[in-house]
Amino acid sequence: MPDRPLFLERASFHRRRLGDAARVLPVVTMLLLLVPIWWMPGVLSYAGGAVWLFGLWAVLIVAVWALHRALLRAEDATLRADTPPEDPDAL
Amino acid sequence: MPFEALLATCLAYVALMFGVAYAADRAAARGHVRWLDHPLVYTLSLSVYCSAWTFYGAVGYASRSGLEFATIYLGPTLVFTAAWWGLRRLVRVARMHHVTSVADLISARFGKSNRLAAIVTLIAVIASTPYIALQLQSVRLSFEVFATNAPNGPDTGAMGGTALWVAAGLALFTILFGTRNLAADERHHGVVTAIALEAVVKLLAFVALGVFVVWGLADGPGDMLDRIARTAADPAVAEGWLLKPDRWTALILVSAAAILTLPRMFQVMVVEAADEERLHVAGWAFPAYLFIMSLFVLPIAVMGRELLPAGSDPDLYVLTLPAAAGQDMLALLVFLGGFSAATSMVVMCAIAVATMVSNHWLVPAWLALRRIPAPDETDDLRGFVLNARRMAILAVVAAGWVYHEASGGAAALAAMGLVAFTGMAQVLPAMLGGLLWRGANRKGAYAGIGSGLVLWMALIFLPSIGVGGDLPVPAGVDPWTAAVALSLSLNTLAFVGMSIFGFPDPVERLQGLSFVSAVEPIRHSRMLRADDRAEPLLAMARRVWGPDAALRYFQAEARAQGKTGYLPDLTPRFLTRLERRLAGSIGSATAHAMIDRVAGGVALTVADLLQVADEAQRAKEETQRLEAAQAELTRTARQLRQANDKLTALSVQKDAFLGQISHELRTPMTSVRAFSEILKDPTLTPEERGRFAGIIHDEAGRLTRLLDDLLDLSVLESGRAQLTVTVANLHDLIGRALTAASATRPERGFLIDRDLPAEHLGVITDADRLLQVLINVISNARKYCDAAHPVLIIRVRRPESGGAIIDIVDNGSGIDSGRQSLIFEKFARLNDPARAGGAGLGLAICREIMLTLGGEISYLPGQGGAAFRIQLPARPPSGSLPD
Repeated sequence: MPDRPLFLERASFHRRRLGDAARVLPVVTMLLLLVPIWWMPGVLSYAGGAVWLFGLWAVLIVAVWALHRALLRAEDATLRADTPPEDPDAL
Repeated sequence: MPFEALLATCLAYVALMFGVAYAADRAAARGHVRWLDHPLVYTLSLSVYCSAWTFYGAVGYASRSGLEFATIYLGPTLVFTAAWWGLRRLVRVARMHHVTSVADLISARFGKSNRLAAIVTLIAVIASTPYIALQLQSVRLSFEVFATNAPNGPDTGAMGGTALWVAAGLALFTILFGTRNLAADERHHGVVTAIALEAVVKLLAFVALGVFVVWGLADGPGDMLDRIARTAADPAVAEGWLLKPDRWTALILVSAAAILTLPRMFQVMVVEAADEERLHVAGWAFPAYLFIMSLFVLPIAVMGRELLPAGSDPDLYVLTLPAAAGQDMLALLVFLGGFSAATSMVVMCAIAVATMVSNHWLVPAWLALRRIPAPDETDDLRGFVLNARRMAILAVVAAGWVYHEASGGAAALAAMGLVAFTGMAQVLPAMLGGLLWRGANRKGAYAGIGSGLVLWMALIFLPSIGVGGDLPVPAGVDPWTAAVALSLSLNTLAFVGMSIFGFPDPVERLQGLSFVSAVEPIRHSRMLRADDRAEPLLAMARRVWGPDAALRYFQAEARAQGKTGYLPDLTPRFLTRLERRLAGSIGSATAHAMIDRVAGGVALTVADLLQVADEAQRAKEETQRLEAAQAELTRTARQLRQANDKLTALSVQKDAFLGQISHELRTPMTSVRAFSEILKDPTLTPEERGRFAGIIHDEAGRLTRLLDDLLDLSVLESGRAQLTVTVANLHDLIGRALTAASATRPERGFLIDRDLPAEHLGVITDADRLLQVLINVISNARKYCDAAHPVLIIRVRRPESGGAIIDIVDNGSGIDSGRQSLIFEKFARLNDPARAGGAGLGLAICREIMLTLGGEISYLPGQGGAAFRIQLPARPPSGSLPD
């Protein structure tokens, strides 16, 4: 990759880190869904488990929403930063 | 509620669905797709995941197994947390290849192999048939609930026809709105919009019931939690509700696989998506939909256990609970919700599976039967494909109905949801591997999907319908989990193993590159020599799309290449695009085969692959060349623009010059005329006569000077000036110039500051012309220097390049910086009250002389007064040394 820049603008750097977060999120979700059940199935099978499960679920939805919003904004920001100013002499 | 009212509501609802679908199709046909394309409609259409199995079955599931029911919705949630990088990429790649189904995706990825697609279609058909039967059963059961509750309803024995009527109605709906056209992008706006509406009905019905249960029957969430805890205190319930981690994990993974591979989910999520942008919203909105649908499941299950008689079917709690509480309207709404869930699943599933059956079974079979590949085939392939699809829809729905009747509506159907999930999950390893791993190949896909199919049939499907027994597993291990783990792991192992040891053919390698890197594929160009092949291709496209659409497409492509008419050049780009568009109608394998047959396809070789790479390289070079040309063009255009500006300015200058010169000629001429008029007067005294004659003489002299100047300038400007090149001493020239210029305003005493030794420089130039310049500059200084004690400094030196530099500086106020650029223009006289007869041509002439001499005269700013620099070259350009 010879034409890959060594250092990124702040906006693209931010966008890439958000992209990393989007990649990590499913892994974190899977761990959150599986580990507690393997660890203490007896505790999480009944009323308390229902509260835990639906609470976790709601948090996940909000997390995805916030992440997508941030990613869209970051994408807009990088697009603006990457677009060169209009050359007045260009035909 | 009277049974007739239920039936009437149901029919009205069905009519509404037909109306909505019809209106949406019409709107789409007129191009009004803005709100049809809204991400919300897309998100709602995804809820076809929640079939009747969810709507009725989830409560039964929760009643038996507690929180385990939620796994079916947590799996999709898990997948959608990867919407940004995972699903978007899937949708992008699938749209790029105009993939029509999950089988088509697999086939396109693994070298456009139709046999592979046919196997995937087989799994889809086997898995879908009982699943559709389950939906029909749920509708029949819900009707029965109402019939037994109604005072004058028909007895349940007469309800056997319900499933048939529902199946027939659904098949009609699907055929009407699912096979209206053979669009290249395979989107069904009408069906999707109707399903989005059904999704709203489903959600409203379930939420209304949940609110009624939590706040109407119980005392809010706190009380509900207490009731859940009380129910779970029963040891029999507690044992069923205890979560088994292995089963929990397997269920989440299988349902995550199902959302990607179930035919109907692939249809709504990938095929019906216009682009991947809508996943930005669906990424969180669809999990939210699932969350809301799941939220009230456990409360309803617990309430049903508490309030309903012991023998009630938990799968029907959602209907019997409001009915028992006397909430007829709520029960009706719930009934419509369940009806929506069942019908939307059947419609979407029928469309998806029928597309697979017609594209991968019927059309290839038909094309293979007609073995003679006549290029001038005129038969209507489009009609055949559409009819094949209609027959397939009928067959799929009919198979569901037959299965329902044959199984006698047994409870065994309830397990069919999971069986279908695990069946389609067998496709996942090949699908994911194909999208992420370039090394995955067709042999691996055959091995993986084939072994998966066999193991699934033996371990899961056949036992579920009572053939064979469960897998013998060690105690403590869930047999279903073991079967899933075994089938999926052997499937993956076979897929990876065969991929590692196999070597893919070139088509497959190209496709693999395109899928894994998400880049546009380029078709090989072996067949491109014969240009007369475009017409048979058009004929073939006409067979698939109909004459108008095909002509439109070919014309647009020709225009894109800059050609008129209907026959584009067979460039690799055009062939690629044509093949993928055709693939959107008949599947990639068939499209590939048909184009190869018509265009005289030759098997792709490794040499062609290299050629493709070469073409890519050439294309890159071409782009670079074009960019360079563009830059060159921009440069030329800029130069042209500058030249044009200059010409415009020159034209303005010329006009100004003419105006100025007329004025300059007119002023003395007017005096001459006026005074000669006066001279005619005989009464004039001799003194007066002498004075007037003097004025006329002066003015005529001014005119002559002006004309001399103009002539001089014109000669200089036209480059016709003859130079008399001699060797001259600057000291002498400056001396002569000072003497000549002293006639100008002789009353002013100038202090002349000269560096006499330095002035003795020999120059090779036209001495008379140079003298003219020097006189002009010095006279100007005498004229315009406004200092009280004027000083004129003259410095001469020889630069390293030879020639001479003469600086003439006075101590006046100089020239404003804004006007410095103007002083060498013709008639650019500065505002001077003291001007003595000059027409403002002096410096213009100086500049022209200096140019002719190959030198330059310029104004030096910042010297404490007006300062001019005269630069002489070592020798004049055209001059030769004097003999």
